[in-house]
Amino acid sequence: MNAWLTVLKRDLLLAFRRRSDVATTLFFFLIVSSLFPLGIGPEPAVLSSIAPGVLWVAALLAGMISLTRLFAADFADGSLEQMLLAPQSLALLVTAKTLAHWLVCGLPVVLLAPLIGLQYALPNNALLVLVFSLLLGTPALSLIGAIGAALTLGVRGSGLLVALLVLPLYIPVLIFGAGAVAASQHGMSAQAHLSLLAACSLLALVLAPLATAAALRISVE
Amino acid sequence: MNINWFKYSSPQTFYPLAGKMIPWFAWLAAILAIAGLYISFAIAPTDFQQGEAYRIIFVHVPAAWMSMVIYIVMACWAGIGLALNARLSAMMAQALAPTGAVFTLIALVTGSLWGKPMWGTWWVWDARLTSELILLFLYLGFIALQASIDDPRKADRAGALLALVGAVNVPIIYFSVKWWSTLHQGSSINMGAAPKMAATMLLGMLIMALAFWMYTIAVALMRVRCIMLERERSADWVKELSLKSASRGKA
Amino acid sequence: MLSAQGLACLRGDRLLFKNVGFELNAGGLLYVLGENGSGKSSLLRMLCGLLTPEEGTVFWLGKKIKQDSENYLSNLSYIGHLNGLKDDLTALENLQIGARLAGNHVNDAEALASLTKIGIARCANLPVRVLSQGQKRRVALAVLWLTKAKLWILDEPFAALDVASVDVLAARLGEHMTNGGMTIITTHQDVLIHAQTTQTLRLSA
Repeated sequence: MNAWLTVLKRDLLLAFRRRSDVATTLFFFLIVSSLFPLGIGPEPAVLSSIAPGVLWVAALLAGMISLTRLFAADFADGSLEQMLLAPQSLALLVTAKTLAHWLVCGLPVVLLAPLIGLQYALPNNALLVLVFSLLLGTPALSLIGAIGAALTLGVRGSGLLVALLVLPLYIPVLIFGAGAVAASQHGMSAQAHLSLLAACSLLALVLAPLATAAALRISVE
Repeated sequence: MNINWFKYSSPQTFYPLAGKMIPWFAWLAAILAIAGLYISFAIAPTDFQQGEAYRIIFVHVPAAWMSMVIYIVMACWAGIGLALNARLSAMMAQALAPTGAVFTLIALVTGSLWGKPMWGTWWVWDARLTSELILLFLYLGFIALQASIDDPRKADRAGALLALVGAVNVPIIYFSVKWWSTLHQGSSINMGAAPKMAATMLLGMLIMALAFWMYTIAVALMRVRCIMLERERSADWVKELSLKSASRGKA
Repeated sequence: MLSAQGLACLRGDRLLFKNVGFELNAGGLLYVLGENGSGKSSLLRMLCGLLTPEEGTVFWLGKKIKQDSENYLSNLSYIGHLNGLKDDLTALENLQIGARLAGNHVNDAEALASLTKIGIARCANLPVRVLSQGQKRRVALAVLWLTKAKLWILDEPFAALDVASVDVLAARLGEHMTNGGMTIITTHQDVLIHAQTTQTLRLSA
């Protein structure tokens, strides 16, 4: 547990010293979601009908572009090796790193999302569901993404490759997440969607760190 | 001293064995394909709703079956390769991936060709077509990952892990896509509700599926032989082989 | 205590070495020698369990290292050719985080003392980013004054060090062996290290 906290604190401290990286993710989210109204037109009815999908896809992409940073720096400077040699379960340390990644890249997006939702003319109850669905779903994105980030360590063109590997695996989260917001827009209960989203995150929490740990061992060889 | 039999016995003994098996599977594939196509185009009755256009399902459905089965087989080989550090299994996984991707592509193309006369559009976001599309992405991811890692053993293991992760995800993806399509488009369009099948239709489909199986095995064996030669080019048995074929070429 | 049998290493399709074996006991020092690219670093990584050997096995106290990895890793201190330091953290922070990851709680005073030993205490609160190559190396090596590990595996520890630091480090290694520790080391420099037993392993394909 000590090592777990050490890794979490270390990654948060590093992110704090490199605040611009965090801002980059947020700006990306902001820009992508502002491009759609420019491309489609400012019609509030149209915007509000595409909002769930657009905002979720933007959140998904923002999480994905930050993935390449998750292990790459540690891999390059050798601290990943030291982590592999720590007398603790690597999968556990991976959860600490993933949690730090989510706190730094996922949570800000969740908090910013309702503001952008307002620009998309989403009603209040849908805004609430949007925040809630992102809160439940983005941890799964970080956890699944970590597998892809670990697999592509030290590989040529890893940024693009990680997208190819990870985006198909994000589809269920996208469907349930955007579905939840859409359901609440149409006055239906979003509970089923949200439960499935939580299930995805829980399943990812159990399985993904194991796969990530295995992938890290393969990549470091 | 524990000897890893998988590692040492496999490639050089399997190479000639595979060479002998290929013609058999290739001929079986050809014969079954001719029989299957004859049944589907000559014997099977014309569908009273869809006319002749429905006959594309004789290719579409078996191709869709194969695309899924090959992914499972590939993940199994990959898992065995990862667990036992067996080189041959990893090579089999690598050899199967392109064939799987091709069948997925065939299923997609034939699906959209079938869609045109039925619904008047080339593409519908129907659950089955969408799942096939995602499956294609999974195949492409596997192939791309393997291709971008230089060290073949590392590529094997990374690819294997990805295939396993994909295999765990496939049912979840399939379920989510089904859920999504039932939410978004009522019941007017559904590929699952194929025309009521006559016995001859089912027979045609089964024979075509068998033909595809034989084709897959033959092609995978051919490809695995190439991979073996490339990977083991510095091994003695490959050098001997190339010497032999060189001298045969001169004579 | 640490032994290896029939190790072989394949890089791409090139065989770097095969049939490498040795036995290292308390107080023992093992030099791994060989030309550039002969697989010295690969061998060290194999002994740590970072690299899976093509053939052969590594044993710690008679057990395969993969079987009892937690016990083995808590007895191991490895410094590879990468320093494992984060550029944005200070030397002190780096040292403390590294020690804590290895399961070893270290307070400021202890960490500072170890930096003093290797003569780099005045950089303790600077971010590692601004240090020179040799200074970074010394920060990484300072962990050797903190660790309780019995087995040290060091990849070119003397590279980039100045003469004074080389002597300090050699003395520290000698002290470790006197206390019954073990060291496996690769080096291109002629440095005298005192040990109860000294072995040499020369790698060639």
